[in-house]
Amino acid sequence: MLAAGTVVVAVTLASSAFSKPAPAPAAAPDTIAAPRPASGLVATDVANDAGRGIALEWKVSPDDVVGGHVLTQYYINRAESPGGPWTVIDSVAAKTTNKVDQNVSRNTEYFYRIDALGPGGLALAGSVTGPVRATSQWVNTTRSSVMVGTILFFGFVLYYIASAQSGKKPFVRRIPGIDAIEEAIGRATEMGRSVLYIPGIQDISDIQTVAALVILESVAKLTARYETPIVVPVTYPIPFTIAEEMVKAGYLHAGRPEAYDPDSVRFVSPEQFAYVASVTGIMLRDRPAAHIFMGSFYAESLLLAETGFATGAIQVAGTANVHQLPFFVVACDYTLIGEELYAASAYLSGEPKLVGALKGADLMKIIIIASVVIGCILETLRLHGFTQWMATQ
Amino acid sequence: MKREVPLFLTAVIGLFMILSFFVPHQWVSVPADFLQACAVILVAFGYVLGGANALRVNFDAIYKRKQGWPYKIVLVVSLLATVIIGAIEGPGFLNPNMKSKWIYDWIYSPMSSTMFALLAFFIASAAFRAFRIRTVEAGLLAIAALIVMLGRVPLGDLLSNWLFELRWLPGAPHTLHLSTIQEWIMDNPQNSAKRAILIGAALGVMATGLRVILGIERSYLSGED
Repeated sequence: MLAAGTVVVAVTLASSAFSKPAPAPAAAPDTIAAPRPASGLVATDVANDAGRGIALEWKVSPDDVVGGHVLTQYYINRAESPGGPWTVIDSVAAKTTNKVDQNVSRNTEYFYRIDALGPGGLALAGSVTGPVRATSQWVNTTRSSVMVGTILFFGFVLYYIASAQSGKKPFVRRIPGIDAIEEAIGRATEMGRSVLYIPGIQDISDIQTVAALVILESVAKLTARYETPIVVPVTYPIPFTIAEEMVKAGYLHAGRPEAYDPDSVRFVSPEQFAYVASVTGIMLRDRPAAHIFMGSFYAESLLLAETGFATGAIQVAGTANVHQLPFFVVACDYTLIGEELYAASAYLSGEPKLVGALKGADLMKIIIIASVVIGCILETLRLHGFTQWMATQ
Repeated sequence: MKREVPLFLTAVIGLFMILSFFVPHQWVSVPADFLQACAVILVAFGYVLGGANALRVNFDAIYKRKQGWPYKIVLVVSLLATVIIGAIEGPGFLNPNMKSKWIYDWIYSPMSSTMFALLAFFIASAAFRAFRIRTVEAGLLAIAALIVMLGRVPLGDLLSNWLFELRWLPGAPHTLHLSTIQEWIMDNPQNSAKRAILIGAALGVMATGLRVILGIERSYLSGED
């Protein structure tokens, strides 16, 4: 960030032709000379981007030494022709040797120079670098390993979906946490109390929220069948509208659309602790007999689960947020760990196409395990090519 | 058509966004950025629906004198006051000396902090239950937790020094110190388990995304076929 006074310097530079010799520093102290400029500036187009950056790299000034006070900053200047006018686009501290200019227009030629500033004055660069232009690339080559993995994964999933459609129903192991959802709803029905469903605290951009809302439909179907009220407090507006649709769909598919209560899905607040206050209030006042936590949770996980535990409700949780899992394991009766959350909708619906997608994920896991083992062996043998190919930017 | 059009849009836009991860060219990245900006605008409209629902649910509870209805009056008044003051003050509502800033600093922030502070008590009660040793696994968990907790505080170092250097095993290797053992537990068993969960979850994310994009998972659209 440039200080306000720096603008004057920039204007002065811009008005002077670059070919002129460096002016004598104005009002230079008797003992401190202006620093010598940086050298060896190389400007290159940033690879694998949309033509939005030019990378600059230079060698520090001979006066830019440890403990030295002759040089304090480098000014990065840019112009569209070697003769100027020059504009200071940024300043960096002494010892810095690179910078990416991200305020460039695509396919425009630029020239750069690096000036050095110290208490003794400003030293203009001895040479200009350029022209260089930022261009777009069609393929990000650093992501080729991800592309291969994605194509393989999508291929496996599509193959198993097609296989399921042709009549082969894949086997899926029992997941006790998902089985417990029906048990919890049954218990709420016996006690004549409601079911509280919490679809995480993130917006729809978090895929865990999508998974949680998909499970909500199955849960709503069960509550409709058992004639048990369901309460769904939601944090963000878009998940709120989708949650309304899911609960309506659950009641419709259970054959009881008239039993749907429009107040069952409630928009609370996107603010984390305001949401906690509201939900713990529902737990303590309405005493739902079953609490189902599915989705993305953060610090509020334990506040909600411990309050729920204190009310004596049966609790089932599921999240892929690793740091919240221990809290749910401690405070809930059943916990879906990581990928089980994403498998829940397929498991609950039992639809072969959805179950087929799980098989594809399993096959991909085998490939990832094999890649980890192969990577370890190659690294042990000091062969780094595979690891470097796997690294992405 | 009510289902086909959204499914088509989901498929096309979903695949396009996946493509934008691999193709940085402006013909892909610029429309992708535009689509993300559209999502932000859409969310803004969603807040109107959310606010309307909050008012409807709470007005209904007040009208029917449901349990805790006086609190709902506080909620409705606070909601309306915050929205109205924010709307009057405009874009600079969080500048110093603004009423919205005062509400944030002196009402919202202390209340949030109070809720967050409760976490300390809940952690204590949850930890008490977690460390009750009833099975072999629970025993291992309790021992590992004890080592990690002690190894991360100065008391653990003092204890290690006293045990291994002064009292029992003078000159014992540093690998027996609690801080070293806790570091090993966190770096190896803990990290391996965490990464395994993360890899599984990442594949779950991709599988769910693909199901939605391909229209296999379509229950989010509506209940009507």
